[in-house]
Amino acid sequence: MARIELRGIRKQWGAVVAVEDMNLVIEDGEFVAILGPSGCGKSTTLFMLAGIYMPTAGDLLFDGARVNEVEAKDRNVGIVFQSYALYPHMNVKRNIMFPLKFKGVPREEAERLALEAARMVRVEELLERMPAQLSGGQQQRVALARALVKKPQLLLLDEPLSNLDAALRLSMRSEIKRLQRETGITTVLVTHDQIEATTMADRIVVMRTGRIEQIGTAEDLYRRPDSLFVASFIGAPPINLVEGEAADGRLRVGELTLELRGDVAGAVVLGLRPESIALDGAGIPARVVDVEPMGRETLLLLDTPMGPLRVLQGGASVPYREGDQLGLTFAPQDSILFDRETERRLADVHAAPPKA
Amino acid sequence: MAVRQRVNALIFLGPASLLLFFFFIAPVVVDLFVAFTDMGRTLKVTEFTTENFERMLTRDRRLSQTLAITFVYVLSTLAVFNVTFGLILALVTTQVPDRIGGFFRAVWLLPRMSPSVIYALLWAWVIDPNERGLLNQILMNTVGVGPIDLMNDRPMLLIVLANGFIGASMGMIIFTSAIRAIPQHLFYAAAADGAGRLAIVWHITLPAIRWPLSFITVYQTLSLLVSFEYIWLITDGGPFYDTTVYALYVYKRAFENGQYAYGAALALVLVAIGIALALLMWRFFDMKRLLQQPRIEVH
Repeated sequence: MARIELRGIRKQWGAVVAVEDMNLVIEDGEFVAILGPSGCGKSTTLFMLAGIYMPTAGDLLFDGARVNEVEAKDRNVGIVFQSYALYPHMNVKRNIMFPLKFKGVPREEAERLALEAARMVRVEELLERMPAQLSGGQQQRVALARALVKKPQLLLLDEPLSNLDAALRLSMRSEIKRLQRETGITTVLVTHDQIEATTMADRIVVMRTGRIEQIGTAEDLYRRPDSLFVASFIGAPPINLVEGEAADGRLRVGELTLELRGDVAGAVVLGLRPESIALDGAGIPARVVDVEPMGRETLLLLDTPMGPLRVLQGGASVPYREGDQLGLTFAPQDSILFDRETERRLADVHAAPPKA
Repeated sequence: MAVRQRVNALIFLGPASLLLFFFFIAPVVVDLFVAFTDMGRTLKVTEFTTENFERMLTRDRRLSQTLAITFVYVLSTLAVFNVTFGLILALVTTQVPDRIGGFFRAVWLLPRMSPSVIYALLWAWVIDPNERGLLNQILMNTVGVGPIDLMNDRPMLLIVLANGFIGASMGMIIFTSAIRAIPQHLFYAAAADGAGRLAIVWHITLPAIRWPLSFITVYQTLSLLVSFEYIWLITDGGPFYDTTVYALYVYKRAFENGQYAYGAALALVLVAIGIALALLMWRFFDMKRLLQQPRIEVH
């Protein structure tokens, strides 16, 4: 178990900067997800934590001790790769026992620990199989057992679920979460999938082009995104973003004027989550452009004086059809405003629908 | 449809079959025929006889020495250069930055690309026994010994070196591409699992290139067994018969002494030795499994 600290970490290859000024503290036993689009530096960060890459600048601390130059083999870190990276010429048992070989664990003890780890991820029936004879989900479990068998101080998961089918992904998600709770090992998950991050991790680090965009809980990121990037990256279907001009306590959006709560002037962006828009007869007039049933919910595309908006309605079917005229409204506290220049959120500023 | 299939089979298999027949099957048949005759320089056959084989078994005093030389030559060239050194070159040049690795591999490939005669002449110059020889210049100026006469004093070492410097590059190329084909994540995983560099080579790299290793061993054994051009060019089998390997001995008997029938009989034995060795190693390396299923798993 370890408390991990990144202080001003930078990683660059030649002129290409992959990670820049990264500051992050991961508490002992915490489950942190690093979330971001491909190329944002999240895997580079993970590889630096593993000791596979060395930071170009900054300090990486495990329990207060600087480990920048400590090689991967000496870090006691367990890692699960997207491809699982099982050793193809070793059976499951030898795969799981492999890390113990280098810790001087006597053979009998190693076998016992391997069996224990295999039980933990429920692959004890498969010990004699070769990796090629396993399904993706089974390989994934073996990779987990191999990462956990040496009781690492840090567990790293690199997109561990992206090669699994949807049903398996769901069960592995809770499985990994359970294992993390049971073992209490500090865990870092790298993913581009927001559902994976929000369902599994205690805290989420959102990265963009090598920098941390925001650190927070799933709710923080959803309700109070620090930036336009986080707002648009988190949430499916994505948030509605419309540009507006604020002046004299009013917000001009398209052909509509909204009331402003809070002190702001100039170019802003108004964010409204598709599910925080309510439909009724009154309010801002809107015309239904498209109806997209998504099963549990239905997505409506509306044409409004503010511009096109996406609205999420509960239920598999809704009493609306293309061309219907209706009215929409939203609660002021659900509106999120951003400075268009800096793309940062304007705290304590909200917009309200015009009074009828 | 059936006719079309037959025509296709003929078109596709025809050229290769013809080549196989004229350059592999026909020579063996001719060799088999000649081996049981008394054909000499005149190319006349007067009788069919087993005399050649009797001579081989009972009267050829050179034969056992030749076999021993061949054994030493093949084994040491193979073990030291073609497999081991080729593997070391591949391991090292894939560890260093690409540009340097590529340069070193290119250097080791050079002799293979140069004509055999040029390569042999270079060796002749390098080992020249007087003070002008490159090797002697280096030895005298750095270590302070020499001049030495490699050709007369260590002729076996000379032919092993000359063939090994060329032979290593084949293994190097095959092993390099095999090492490159290993998924990078396996190396990362092994490092995270606590394996050091040598442990990674032993536990990850070598098992992953097991098939190319077996293949190179089998292929190079056969190749070394029958090739003699560099030996012929550099030492001509000498001094005396000290570096006359079996293949060169066959050539000398048949074409230098004009004993075609005897040469054919000797060649037949070489073919038999080659087949026996190939089958033996085929079993030993379990090559059948290699041909049964693809050994590279794609994720």
